[in-house]
Amino acid sequence: MIEASHLSKRFGSVEAVRDISFVARDGEITGILGANGAGKSTCLRMLYGVLTPDGGRASIDRIDMLGETSKARAHLGVLPHAAGLYGNLTARENIHYFGSLQGMAADRLRSRTAELARILGMESFMERRAKGFSQGQRIKVALARALVHDPGNIVLDEPTNGLDVMAIRNLRDMLLALKAQGRCVLFSSHVMQEVAALCDRVVIIGHGRVLADAAPQSIRERSGAATLEEAFLQVLGDTEGVS
Amino acid sequence: MRALFIVFCKEFLENLRDRRTLVSALLFGPLFGPVLFGLMVSRMLNQTVVESDEPLRLTISGGEHAPGLTRFLQAQGVKLIVAKLTEQEARAAVRGGRAQVVLIIPDEYAPRFIAAMPAPVLLVADSADSQTRKVADRARLILGSYASGIAQLRLQARGVSPLLAVPVAVNELDVATPTGRAVVVLGFMTYFVLFAVLMGGLYLAIDSTAGERERGSLEALLSLPVARSSLVGGKILATCAYMCISLGLSLTAFVCVFRFVPLERLGMSANLGAGTALTFFAICLPFVPLGAALMTFVASFTRSYREAQTYLTAVLLVPTLPIAFASIYSLRTQSSLMLIPSLSQHLLMTSVLKDEPIAVLDVCVSAAASLTVALALMVLTARHWRRETMLG
Repeated sequence: MIEASHLSKRFGSVEAVRDISFVARDGEITGILGANGAGKSTCLRMLYGVLTPDGGRASIDRIDMLGETSKARAHLGVLPHAAGLYGNLTARENIHYFGSLQGMAADRLRSRTAELARILGMESFMERRAKGFSQGQRIKVALARALVHDPGNIVLDEPTNGLDVMAIRNLRDMLLALKAQGRCVLFSSHVMQEVAALCDRVVIIGHGRVLADAAPQSIRERSGAATLEEAFLQVLGDTEGVS
Repeated sequence: MRALFIVFCKEFLENLRDRRTLVSALLFGPLFGPVLFGLMVSRMLNQTVVESDEPLRLTISGGEHAPGLTRFLQAQGVKLIVAKLTEQEARAAVRGGRAQVVLIIPDEYAPRFIAAMPAPVLLVADSADSQTRKVADRARLILGSYASGIAQLRLQARGVSPLLAVPVAVNELDVATPTGRAVVVLGFMTYFVLFAVLMGGLYLAIDSTAGERERGSLEALLSLPVARSSLVGGKILATCAYMCISLGLSLTAFVCVFRFVPLERLGMSANLGAGTALTFFAICLPFVPLGAALMTFVASFTRSYREAQTYLTAVLLVPTLPIAFASIYSLRTQSSLMLIPSLSQHLLMTSVLKDEPIAVLDVCVSAAASLTVALALMVLTARHWRRETMLG
């Protein structure tokens, strides 16, 4: 379970996030939806502890990210917006590096890597250097890297960026599988269809605030719009006066 | 500690597979100095040897007015090129490089010589050209010895002891030992050694910081449950390892080069064998973590490979500054200077080259000072890595 309570963050004079609270539950996929610059990334970065909030707190499985950073992080897998690999290392070495830094023992790491290679369909390129990987192969390795320590919670920042249809479908199946295993999945996106198709719960963020926090179905019903996209625009319009 | 070791192993392995790192750390850095050095010293040697062996070539005009002088010059082994030049023509010939040095003997030479009056000769040379300046010096020396020989004969003919004309006898004593003389030539070799150290870690320092950011792997790394100081420590340690390899290669190359450069022919002996190389390695070892921490620190502030390269190239020059100061003020080894990293290593290495005894205390102070600065830089780097701005 990932919990944000009253998070706020400012960069200089810009208030990127103001008082954001929501809960992403285990066994659910939670989507953070927002326009570019709405504060999605800042919010996620506070949740996985690379940014320190100016106010409020973030916790993973009720472990405070600020107080017990290392312990909280061990419960969390992160796929950041920029999920680059080490080009001179093979896919396996990339995954092993992160696994061993997570403190995993060698034999456990081996079996877990083999399992992920099978699930994600990476067996054909496990021993190749990451330099020449396609975007799809790269995202798979980055995802395996985030999941190697078998975390109960996964945060993904715009994971579908730059992926082709096949790769997006793969990723979607992957996220559904993680949900089926009872994990808590939290991802950000600005693509409506993606969120509508996948999420049990949608948190809409605009100008650093939570504008809506409900199931996609109920957001749509409440606004009376036919699609989530229209509902989204309506929700934004309420606060910004966009016609 | 475990995390630090994991980071170290990964950085070491990853860069071992990177051609750019290998070329700069294990080829260019360590070999640049010794090769350049070997070439320069052998060229210098050849020049000196050739110059003193080769007969002096002198263009002479009006030699018929001074048969005695002409014979003397020939007896001294001077190759005379007879020409008929006026002063103007001689000037043009020297300036145009057609003649190195021209000796003009005017018509009035003979009558004045016979009358025992100062007989004029004109030596035309270009003192701005280091090559012909040496030729002119030699010509002047030979002319001088002819003149003093004639003077002695004249005094003797008049019944005066020629010794009266030598009121002071100047004796010179050159205290430079053969090794000491070599040190002048070898002085800047120490810089190449320090250069090799820094060059060895250059690309690793860039790759493990700015490279990590440019590849987009930094944020994932920073979100791991690992202390930032372990990350920084592992990266600096890997940089140190490459610097040590580069230092070792560089010293080996120097030892090899000096085996082939015939320094003895210049009356020098360079005290650089395997033993000296090991001493150098020990002296430079504390400079390694300093260089690694400095480069990692600077590179941590940059956003891209390119930017890091720009700043770190400047860092490569940092060790030259104290060394340059030392040679301008001709500083000698003293304990207070041991507090300045790079200068202390330079002075200690120079002392070893000169075969001078070095104080254990000096070595300890030099090491302690370098390691203290290194530690301070490491702490600063780790602190910077804990900042949010690290994400970029």
